[in-house]
Amino acid sequence: MNRFWSIVRRDLRLALRQGMDSLMAVMFFVIAVVLFPLGVGPEPNILARIAAGVIWVAALLASMLSLERLFETDFEDGSLELLLLMPLPLEAVVMAKVTAHWLTTGLPLIVAAPLLAVLMNMDGDGFSVLVLALILGTPSLSLVGAVGAALILGSGRGGMLLSLLVLPLFIPVLIFGVSAVDAAISGFPVRAQLLILGAFLLAALPLCPWTSAAALRQALE
Amino acid sequence: MIQKFANPARFIRLSQALLPWMAGLTLAFAAVGLYLGLVVAPADYQQGESVRIMYIHVPAAWMALFCYTAMAIAAAVGLIWKHPLADLAAKSTAPIGAAFTFLALFTGAMWGKPMWGTWWVWDARLTSMLVLFFLYLGYIALVNAFDNPARGIKASSILVLVGFVNVPIIKFSVEWWNTLHQPASVLKIGGPSIHPSMLWPLLLMALAFTTYYLWVLLLRLRGEIIANKIRVLRLRRVHGQA
Amino acid sequence: MALFSGDDLLCIRGERVVFAALHFAVDAGGALLLTGANGSGKSSLLRLMAGLLAPANGRIAWDGEDTGEDPERHKARMHYVGHLDPIKPVLTVAENLRFWAVLKTGNGAAAGGALEAFGIAHLAGVPGRYLSAGQKRRLNLARLETSPAALWLLDEPTAGLDAEAVAGLRNAIARQRSVGGMVVLSTHAEMALDGAEVLDLGDFSAATQMTPAAEETP
Repeated sequence: MNRFWSIVRRDLRLALRQGMDSLMAVMFFVIAVVLFPLGVGPEPNILARIAAGVIWVAALLASMLSLERLFETDFEDGSLELLLLMPLPLEAVVMAKVTAHWLTTGLPLIVAAPLLAVLMNMDGDGFSVLVLALILGTPSLSLVGAVGAALILGSGRGGMLLSLLVLPLFIPVLIFGVSAVDAAISGFPVRAQLLILGAFLLAALPLCPWTSAAALRQALE
Repeated sequence: MIQKFANPARFIRLSQALLPWMAGLTLAFAAVGLYLGLVVAPADYQQGESVRIMYIHVPAAWMALFCYTAMAIAAAVGLIWKHPLADLAAKSTAPIGAAFTFLALFTGAMWGKPMWGTWWVWDARLTSMLVLFFLYLGYIALVNAFDNPARGIKASSILVLVGFVNVPIIKFSVEWWNTLHQPASVLKIGGPSIHPSMLWPLLLMALAFTTYYLWVLLLRLRGEIIANKIRVLRLRRVHGQA
Repeated sequence: MALFSGDDLLCIRGERVVFAALHFAVDAGGALLLTGANGSGKSSLLRLMAGLLAPANGRIAWDGEDTGEDPERHKARMHYVGHLDPIKPVLTVAENLRFWAVLKTGNGAAAGGALEAFGIAHLAGVPGRYLSAGQKRRLNLARLETSPAALWLLDEPTAGLDAEAVAGLRNAIARQRSVGGMVVLSTHAEMALDGAEVLDLGDFSAATQMTPAAEETP
């Protein structure tokens, strides 16, 4: 456990000292959402109708883009190879890195989301469910994205390739995330959607680190 | 049994013998299937002649799923037993599967025009098919993304297994999404009582597509094996082992 | 029987036979020097020994037991220095070293003294981005001194080092061997070690032998 947290602490420290990297994901998130009123026009009704979808899609893209570098710097400077030789399972290394990644990019997205919901004129009933759905959904995105980030290591293709690989896999999270918010706004129960998002997370928690570790071992061969 | 086919030279000989059979069967099945489907089978009382698109659309959709399943099985065999032909089979199946998926999408759109008056409808089946098409594209992009072909094959084998686990989840999600936003679609064929005059051409076309798949797969596998051989010869020259 | 040994090893990289039928054996307190031309497989052999690569054939054994049987134990008894220096530019020298020490031992103790051994103690508070290539190498090598390990695997450890640092490395290797540790290192430059065995990988290249790959061509 000591080893696990030391990787989390290191990655947090790296993110904080490099500053801009994690901020950039949030800034991308904000600007991507702001483009929509400019694109579709500022009519409050239209914005309110598409608010949940736009915020979720932007969150999807933001976390996908920030995942590109999840393993890459460690791969390039030999750290990943050495991490593989440390006396802890590679799955734990992946889990630690995903945890740090979520804390530095997923969490800020969740904090920024209500603000964007205001800009998008979202109905007040949706706010709490939006945050709740993001809390359940964004860790799944980080976990699934970690698999993609491990698979593209060494290809030199980066973000474009990663988006092609992981965006289709993000679709279920998107559908239920948006559906939960829409249901809350129209006054329907949201329990089912949130439970399904939770189930995705529970399934991704063991499966994704395991798959990522397998992909990393191949990348390092 | 499996080890027998692992030897590339033996596979080349075996495929040489099989190729004309596959080609002949494909042509025969397709000829009879198309005749039954386009001439013999009755037009639908609601959909008219456009129902005949079904004889291409439905088998293509089946093959799209079949090819993805075949890729997942081949990838698993390649990863677990390190079987070189299985790796190549997964890689060679991808473009064929993507082509079938595209055919299903294309004929679906053609069907949509007379039925709904629009080329594209966000119907649950068509949407799932579209996502499947993206999964194929991701696989093809990844398998070709590396300088070292072996690394590309291994990485994309993992990807296809991840995708395979996700296909039912995506299907379930898209169906949920679809019921929220739209009533049930018109694109429901078959049902419990499909008439034999429609069933036969459907099955024959499915057989034709299957043999076509095997035919092209054998051709592509031979190409891959020969390309491998060239690569090994080049490497030997570089490292002075000619 | 030697404590750490490899038997009939075959290494294939990118469809090419790098070396075949390779044997090696190191005993407690022993040192093995890997030499050979570029591409002869020195790094590959070290990666096989570390468990980063699996041999296409043959086995690597520790005390008679296959190292692949219990990789966690093999990792715990080994220090590996690859040809890259895993140093983060925004972490200080001390932080970089401490991170790897904690991961290796499970606690942060025993990091002191390691920097002195390689003459970079005065750089402890300097962020990694300001280090020269040679200083990065020294910091990477300083990991060896943070915790005891029975086996050191060093890939071109002298690359980029000046004479003083090479002397420091030589001392460190001597100390390691005096307490019964083993060292395997690859080198281009002449790096004589007392009583070290030399393994020339050129002797095992596919060009000098009949290779399995050659048999399969029809």
